[in-house]
Amino acid sequence: MIDLSTIWAGLLALSIFIYVILDGFDLGIGVIFPFLDNDDDRAIAMNSVAPVWDGNETWLILGGGGLFAAFPLAYAIIMPALYAPFIAMILALVFRGVAFEYRWRDKRHEKTWDRAFHFGSFVATFMQGIVLGAFIQGIEVEGRAYAGGWWDWASPFTFTCGLALTAGYALLGSTWLIMKTENGLRDRAYAIAKNTGRATLLFIGIVSIWTPFLSPKIAAQWLSFPHIFFVLPVPILTLVLAAITAWGLTKRKDNVPFLATIGLFGLCFAGLGIGVTPYIVPHVITIQQAAAPDVSLSFMLVGALIFLPLILGYTAYSYWVFRGKIDPKAGYH
Amino acid sequence: MEDLAVTLARAQFAFTMSFHIIFPAFSIGVASYLLVLEGLWLKTGKDEYLSLFKYWRKIFAVAFGMGVVSGIVMSYQFGTNWSVFSDKTGPVIGPLMAYEVLTAFFLEAGFLGVMLFGMGRVSKRLHFLATFMVALGTLISATWILAANSWMHTPAGYSINEVGQFIPENWMEIIFNPSFPYRLVHMVLAAFLTTAFVVGAVGAWHLLKDKNTATARKMFSMAMWMAAIIAPIQILAGDLHGINTLEYQPAKVMAMEGHYESHPHGAPLYLFGIPDDKAQELKFAIGIPNASSLILKHHLHAPLDGLDTIKAEDRPPVVILFWSFRIMVGIGMMMLCVGIISVFLRWRKKLYDSPLFHKFALIMGPSGFVAVLAGWITTEVGRQPYTVYGILRTSQSIGPVEAPAVGASLIAFVIVYFALFGAGTYYILKMMGQSPEDLGPLTESPVRIASPHLLEGENND
Repeated sequence: MIDLSTIWAGLLALSIFIYVILDGFDLGIGVIFPFLDNDDDRAIAMNSVAPVWDGNETWLILGGGGLFAAFPLAYAIIMPALYAPFIAMILALVFRGVAFEYRWRDKRHEKTWDRAFHFGSFVATFMQGIVLGAFIQGIEVEGRAYAGGWWDWASPFTFTCGLALTAGYALLGSTWLIMKTENGLRDRAYAIAKNTGRATLLFIGIVSIWTPFLSPKIAAQWLSFPHIFFVLPVPILTLVLAAITAWGLTKRKDNVPFLATIGLFGLCFAGLGIGVTPYIVPHVITIQQAAAPDVSLSFMLVGALIFLPLILGYTAYSYWVFRGKIDPKAGYH
Repeated sequence: MEDLAVTLARAQFAFTMSFHIIFPAFSIGVASYLLVLEGLWLKTGKDEYLSLFKYWRKIFAVAFGMGVVSGIVMSYQFGTNWSVFSDKTGPVIGPLMAYEVLTAFFLEAGFLGVMLFGMGRVSKRLHFLATFMVALGTLISATWILAANSWMHTPAGYSINEVGQFIPENWMEIIFNPSFPYRLVHMVLAAFLTTAFVVGAVGAWHLLKDKNTATARKMFSMAMWMAAIIAPIQILAGDLHGINTLEYQPAKVMAMEGHYESHPHGAPLYLFGIPDDKAQELKFAIGIPNASSLILKHHLHAPLDGLDTIKAEDRPPVVILFWSFRIMVGIGMMMLCVGIISVFLRWRKKLYDSPLFHKFALIMGPSGFVAVLAGWITTEVGRQPYTVYGILRTSQSIGPVEAPAVGASLIAFVIVYFALFGAGTYYILKMMGQSPEDLGPLTESPVRIASPHLLEGENND
């Protein structure tokens, strides 16, 4: 059961989860950017992620590169199937990525780059939600290739997933700001987090109920033995974490909402995982079928075992260097 | 429809790749330059090194950001347009790219924050370590991606399984495939030269405005040393790379040289000519008799085969290669001229008093980018009609995409890239137009906010 391809599926899932959390909060800041009170607050919000966003986005490259390397067949099927959302996501990431630097270089067009940052973040998030939705919804495969049309991904369900992820990232972004800032900006972030928190919870409910109707195979898997023992605690824990988030937001415990939100994301991720394993293209191609030969997987595993801990170490160090609240005074240059 | 999709997908790859390669070519060089500047500052304590470090760091930040986002495009484009290629080569090329991400991208991105915003928050030693890690990351990245690229030119250490996938047999043979060492050296030197000429041009610009600017003198001097030392080495490295190509991809060299016909008694080096693929001849050819045999075979009368020995469907397009190769070599020779003149002027103690030479250096500023692009066009177009040379044809590498989808995304890429990277280039040029002397005080008290524009001013703490 535990073979190289399973280990790689786990590592890839871990990379994607780390990506979702890390880029999730900095994309989320882009999503809520126009809802901040003034330019000073927007400057502080952007500064709170400026030193780390490159690193956060690198996990996306590992996700794409890792899929290509470990599961080339899955990569070759999923990418053409989700052609338009991926291209839109990539272009949106280009817009918001350059805005980090351009905003400071061109005071005259600051508003333009703020808009690029906001819409880029929003579109990238929305497209990632669509990718997630399309993945659950299923992909048509014939032989070793995608066999559907190039608009198959578009459906009410995938658009709902797009909105759901937007709400989720906005919650991550606003709770990150609560943790990193003070005064007016923090107050605003609290207000935004309460709204995005409600929206996130609502969407988790909608998608969770919709998924088994859309994909009977996921439903069957959720209800089958022994999966059901893993599935049952998920909704209960979700409610517990939602309550903790709400408590942190009302009692103004600055660090609690962000950490609890990460937990919420973790549970959703686990729920999805239980519903689709051992498939990598849900219910068509299994992890084993898509895996590169063992000689590729073992060669990479050596690197991953050496470098992933190092990467996590110096990433943590970088976060530690820029730890604590950002001094808002420094924003008034 | 099928053929149009291939053409459009190739155009898209060529377009996004050409834009992308510009940024790494520059940031590999600047990262190393920043390392040298910070090291010299720590060693000598001279403010001019710190000024230059901060000056080029700002420019690096913008170029690096553009490199990251244009790079994400590349890692997904293999799948969107070239999914059959991905499926077949994934087991071999995929791990090389995974290693690039694991050993290089994270290193660069992880330490970039500290390098850009961490001065004053961490010790000088740790900050220098961060700069070192960023520079090291750029070089490791180049190593892996060139191993992967070289394998596509000179595949080795693999077998093919029942579904047509390339299966790794020997990783050392795969990584150290026959063209890899030459390509790596040639590209890294190209990155250093490209940066040297950009730095030299910025120095020259400020010298032309005021020849007494200390920082301008310093960067101009450093850049000219690089030009004088690296340009000749690069020409030698390029020559060795060419000989390697002759061994493994002779058709590419035939096209570069414009050798439609075979030369059993020594081939001429064509300096000029108009390649005519239809007639299969080089019109208006001006060449040096037997010189090509001398360069490639180190013997005046060594026989060299021409494209007439290659099947028509296996020939690369001659017109593009013939010209791109000449552009690259021409620029290389001009770079060598700059290097030699700079040594002469330095010897006569006139390096900072020669406005004409400064103007020449200024014009040569973007030449490295042109040479890098021309070089890559030569090697990649020369790989045609294959993606994996001699084995997997380009026309058989494309995924189940339709021409309208590829066409629409190509148009989107063109518009977005020109707008965004055009703006970025403009900002970089604006920053280069400012003198490093105008950066403001160099106080190193803790900076409490992570924004590049705030680092330039004084601190509140």
